[in-house]
Amino acid sequence: MTPMNFDSFEQPTIALPSNIPCSNASLSAVEWQRTVDELKEIGATFLTLWGTDNRALDGCFSIHAAFLLAEGALVLSHSIPNAAHPTYPTLTRAFPAALRLERATRDLLGIASTASDERPWLRHDAWPATTYPLRRDTIGPRTPNLEPGTPYPFVQVEGDGVHEIAVGPVHAGTIEPGHFRFSVVGEKVLRLEARLGYTHKGIAKLFETLQQGEAHRLAARISGDTAVAFSWAYCAALEAITKTAVPGRALNLRALALEHERLANHLGDLGALGNDAGFAFGLTQFSRLKEDLLRVNVEAFGARYLFDTIIPGGVAADLPQRAYPHLIHLYRTLDHEVAGMCSIYDEHGGLQDRFREAGRLTLDQATQLGAVGLAARASGVSQDLRATHPWAPYDKIATQIVTEPAGDVAARVQVRFREIFESLRLCRVLLAEVSHTSLGAPPIAASVPVAEPYCLGIGLIEAWRGPVLIALETGPDGTIRRCHAHDPSWQNWPLLEYAILGNIVPDFPLVNKSFNLSYSGQDG
Amino acid sequence: MFNILSRMIRTGILTEPLPAPVMGPPAVEALQHNLWKVLGRALCIRHVDAGSCNGCELEIHALNNPYYNLEGTGIKFVASPRHADLLLVTGPVSVNMEEALRRTYDAIPDPKLVVALGDCASCGGVFGANYASRGGIANVLPVNYTIAGCPPTPAAILSGILRAVAATPASQQGEHGNQLDL
Repeated sequence: MTPMNFDSFEQPTIALPSNIPCSNASLSAVEWQRTVDELKEIGATFLTLWGTDNRALDGCFSIHAAFLLAEGALVLSHSIPNAAHPTYPTLTRAFPAALRLERATRDLLGIASTASDERPWLRHDAWPATTYPLRRDTIGPRTPNLEPGTPYPFVQVEGDGVHEIAVGPVHAGTIEPGHFRFSVVGEKVLRLEARLGYTHKGIAKLFETLQQGEAHRLAARISGDTAVAFSWAYCAALEAITKTAVPGRALNLRALALEHERLANHLGDLGALGNDAGFAFGLTQFSRLKEDLLRVNVEAFGARYLFDTIIPGGVAADLPQRAYPHLIHLYRTLDHEVAGMCSIYDEHGGLQDRFREAGRLTLDQATQLGAVGLAARASGVSQDLRATHPWAPYDKIATQIVTEPAGDVAARVQVRFREIFESLRLCRVLLAEVSHTSLGAPPIAASVPVAEPYCLGIGLIEAWRGPVLIALETGPDGTIRRCHAHDPSWQNWPLLEYAILGNIVPDFPLVNKSFNLSYSGQDG
Repeated sequence: MFNILSRMIRTGILTEPLPAPVMGPPAVEALQHNLWKVLGRALCIRHVDAGSCNGCELEIHALNNPYYNLEGTGIKFVASPRHADLLLVTGPVSVNMEEALRRTYDAIPDPKLVVALGDCASCGGVFGANYASRGGIANVLPVNYTIAGCPPTPAAILSGILRAVAATPASQQGEHGNQLDL
């Protein structure tokens, strides 16, 4: 974990505890601005942005932004001298994906960027504009202060025959809540604007009431379909800060759980995508395959969804011997069945007619907008932390990055198919590793000491949607001073607003499903 | 097409019997009779995510897979609250969702049942109540039945929905059932 050096970057950096190489640079406002521009030039990927109330320590608020470079992750930190009106230079000219995070940081902490969009994002009507829930001196309000609602100023499209369609927050199916405002002519979408934040439940503030040793349970519930990745990211940050050596067996089991999570979501999505294109057979077949996987999860991990599999120091339980044959059988069945379904999907004219050209996001758009994860790979961006920045145990098993160039629904379907085969291959490698080392009850968890106070650690894990990040700052006596959790949906929600342009409204469910982004993960 | 048909035949019928403790055999007939008595028709459910992490939603989806085959028992999910008999709510109620939840409840015609699904909906779960969360559904709406679990298994959800219907007091039963009994 040596500090990174990249040519144009002159600021001194210090190493940050993390599961991948990670450095931290403390910058003035001028340096912050210049560095952000430099990072854009060298092609860095924007990871996340968060603020901290440090007034009790040094009289300042600080703002942090994390980026991914070839060498590792870089966290920029800027202490804002004016605590009465904290302001920092916006990232959005170089990294437009930062906009909603900047708006959310203003809502929660009152730290304002210089971006021109000053509309609230997470604050609907739950708390007054002058209250900042994440400030350390804001105790509560325990019961929310409901002001009369103010209408959200959506951007209006005007012209002959233009009208608006408002959808949500309660949607027509069993889906998370969010609001979509379409401006359309006839059936053609001229503009889509999403308004999210409906499931904001104060997770960041809640972290600050928990002990370091118990908060992994909350991390797992930031986005229920990404439970393994979030709990791993949290534990990775804590373990890096405390220099805990996690047993190799636990690392392999964590990776196995992460791949199972990827498989479960990809199987579910492929079925739903078939269904949204009117191919109910696809939903039936994939939902049974997903159910088969979830039932094997019960045998292997003790639960259908792996919320509490990963704990600080390792995993909660070893793989029981009786699970091995179930797993081997599952991988063989899935390989065979998914290959069969892949050729059915490929050869189905009606299905491909809906998939191809729908919701296209070009490589140029993906790069400019800062797409991450699965959606980026389906537009030709070769980015997967498991391969580019492998952490243990992925550093021992070479992961193949799956990319597709087309950027349409068909490409996102194809990436899922191919990632299933790659995940199954990884599962077999991991299972072989686990079964070779199962003699004599090897340790599956190390004990995690209480962390030094005021340490910042980063956990970065490639979840099925893309990289999830936990930035954990410790407090005294095993408390959490600040915990920022980032879901890749933050970057990818705005992509949907571009991908849908020029498509017809009835294709929206299909295009939306092909991204399948998290509401809860973004809302916090 | 041959591929699709042959796969359908090879897959066969996977549907499993209903959860045993709820109904004696023949379960489906008994359940349908019960639904008929209470509602006079199939049970229609409107689900609202009031702030969930999306875990419970995944298990609700599973109810429609071939193993549980919810629609085969005469229970279905509907898009409009106007068509619903039962409001199934997941998540703690986020303050930002409170109004939408209340409006959905108001849009469901009487008589109606409210089932709180999962630990968060039952009691607030890991999130509890804070500046952005009201905690459990009962803090916002009258709840008839709760189903615990994080997330509850599909079998537990199915069993809970059946119990909620079976436990509906006569005073809550719709006029359809009474008329149809004549």
